[in-house]
Amino acid sequence: MEEFIGAWLSANGAARDRLLPLLHAIQEEAGYIDDALVPVIAKALNLSRADVHGVITFYHDFRRRAPGRHVVKLCRAESCQARGAAALEVQAQDRLGVAMGETRADGQVALEPVYCLGLCAIGPNALVDGRPVARIDGAVLEQIAVEVAA
Amino acid sequence: MTRVFISRDMASAALGADDVARAFAEAGCEVVRTGSRGLFSIEPLVEVETEQGRIGFGPIAPRDVAAVLVGSHAQRLGRVEELPFFAGQQRFTFARCGIIDPLSLADYAAHAGWQGLEKARGLSPQAVVDAVKASGLRGRGGAGFPTGIKWQTVLEAASSTKFIVCNADEGDSGTFADRMLMEGDPYCLIEGMAIAAHAVGAGHGYIYIRSEYPYAIKTMRAAIDASAHLIAPFTLEVREGAGAYVCGEETALLDSIEGKRGQVRAKPPLPALQGLFGEPTVINNVLSLAAVPFILAEGANAYAAVGFGRSRGTMPVQLAGNVRHGGLYEIGFGITLGELVNEIGGGTASGRPVRAVQVGGPLGAYFPPSMFHLPFDYEAFAQAGGLIGHAGITVFDDSVDMAHMARFAMEFCAAESCGKCTPCRIGSTRGVEIMDRIIGARDAAPVTVSEANGGYLGKALYSRSPDRIDVSIEAQTSLLRDLADTMKYGSLCALGGFTPYPVLSALDYFPEDFGAAAPAKEAAE
Repeated sequence: MEEFIGAWLSANGAARDRLLPLLHAIQEEAGYIDDALVPVIAKALNLSRADVHGVITFYHDFRRRAPGRHVVKLCRAESCQARGAAALEVQAQDRLGVAMGETRADGQVALEPVYCLGLCAIGPNALVDGRPVARIDGAVLEQIAVEVAA
Repeated sequence: MTRVFISRDMASAALGADDVARAFAEAGCEVVRTGSRGLFSIEPLVEVETEQGRIGFGPIAPRDVAAVLVGSHAQRLGRVEELPFFAGQQRFTFARCGIIDPLSLADYAAHAGWQGLEKARGLSPQAVVDAVKASGLRGRGGAGFPTGIKWQTVLEAASSTKFIVCNADEGDSGTFADRMLMEGDPYCLIEGMAIAAHAVGAGHGYIYIRSEYPYAIKTMRAAIDASAHLIAPFTLEVREGAGAYVCGEETALLDSIEGKRGQVRAKPPLPALQGLFGEPTVINNVLSLAAVPFILAEGANAYAAVGFGRSRGTMPVQLAGNVRHGGLYEIGFGITLGELVNEIGGGTASGRPVRAVQVGGPLGAYFPPSMFHLPFDYEAFAQAGGLIGHAGITVFDDSVDMAHMARFAMEFCAAESCGKCTPCRIGSTRGVEIMDRIIGARDAAPVTVSEANGGYLGKALYSRSPDRIDVSIEAQTSLLRDLADTMKYGSLCALGGFTPYPVLSALDYFPEDFGAAAPAKEAAE
């Protein structure tokens, strides 16, 4: 990953405001941002390790551990709640065998909360491995469960 | 070859539009992917080009291709713009959305694109700012601050480096207008930003888009690349957020672009004077900037002619949640809440009675149907103890538990607080605990502090003086009001400062859900 960081910075510049785009790039490449990379990033951008750690932990998107092989981001916001998202959340935890905000022990699937995908008239909604899914009911949940079991 | 138009909007894709588009392409049609028209109960929508115009069919599944192409399909809607949902709208900002191919420069130019920028370039910067002032345009992000006055401040600021920042961190639940515009008419936003750059003398701009909007990010990046030569020497780039709601607050957004934690700055200094990298910065919402091309092209008077009181022009209202005809409805200010929810939205999707609507996202007030006479107007909503915010309306039916919604408002604030100021950081967690006690007392269940929400502070508090906490509903309700007061007046930004709106409005309008007697007004009805 050190080489990846070096190459990215020489292509995109090493100013402080590159930190978030760099973190996105690392996560896209490796799936998560390993704590061992914090000193490398800090040195490259001339920041303190605390500074980099602070940014990584502030933003919900950045992961410090490898995610599940599949990620289901289920919307918990008001508009989806108005369409039954709270009950669906309980059902989804049950069916997928993982608590909200956790990765299943076998690493197969992670269930993550998301606060609004901007599909507010057709909820409850989710992003399944980045693909938007709307109007989720028991049948659609079953399809998702089968999809992420693969 | 038959030409068909199918939306590529994220909402349409979520409803299966990609599969429908593939089916039509396989049947030998020329498929043009557009933005969304904005009515989701007819999506996936297919429009077939005929001599009578574009005839809509929807909702359509891939198996319907043959019936659509011979025109016999049961879901034939006729010309989409003649449907009641569209015929009543005043589409100034969303005029092209759903009609053109979002990334086609030829389509954009053919539909009056770039005319505003051309006019602006023929005017002095001051004349452009004057036009925006005369239009009466106010910040569409929620605060409603006059856009022209903000621009004037930046124009007068003495600096050789200035920035235009577009706030596309549309995190409010129940809102999707920014997303729809960026996916359906990205050049409109780019044109608006280029006009702003000309007006204040800025050389570079940023569009900060939340990571939850992958389609919008992709479309905007492609549009910026394709139109770079038309807005030069002004340059633009997209910055992707990272899942922090608070970055929709303008100063937190600026810190996030600078590569820092998205924490709120104290104001003053105003971003207009010391904004991004300490330089004078115009920071506007997507809808504010996207309204500008119309204002320049058609004239400030054409825009200001529509509206209500001091709220001039149109508002792209978003009907969301448990609503039958959800979608985007652009209309002049002044339409009542009831018309929007009952007549245009058609009531709830579940068919049950409407019990509450939340206007303006997670920080907006909950209103009961007895408030449906309210006109959509910044001042009228402020006076009623709410806000129109980004104009999202989330509809709830009578199965909603308003105490649960009040708890959620506090929980959301706790999850998303940037942590800079105490009333928001700690007040929100205390608020969740109070709501747990109220709900516990209401349901006559023993009060337990859940591990997830109690934290060690909560446990310490209970362990020291469990008998000193009066857990009666009355005592906890008055504590909640006291806490709301502290958060409202003591927080640095709208996250902590406005969280009391949903909480107190739920408490005031729906006291029966908080274990109190129903309000006298409702009992009399």
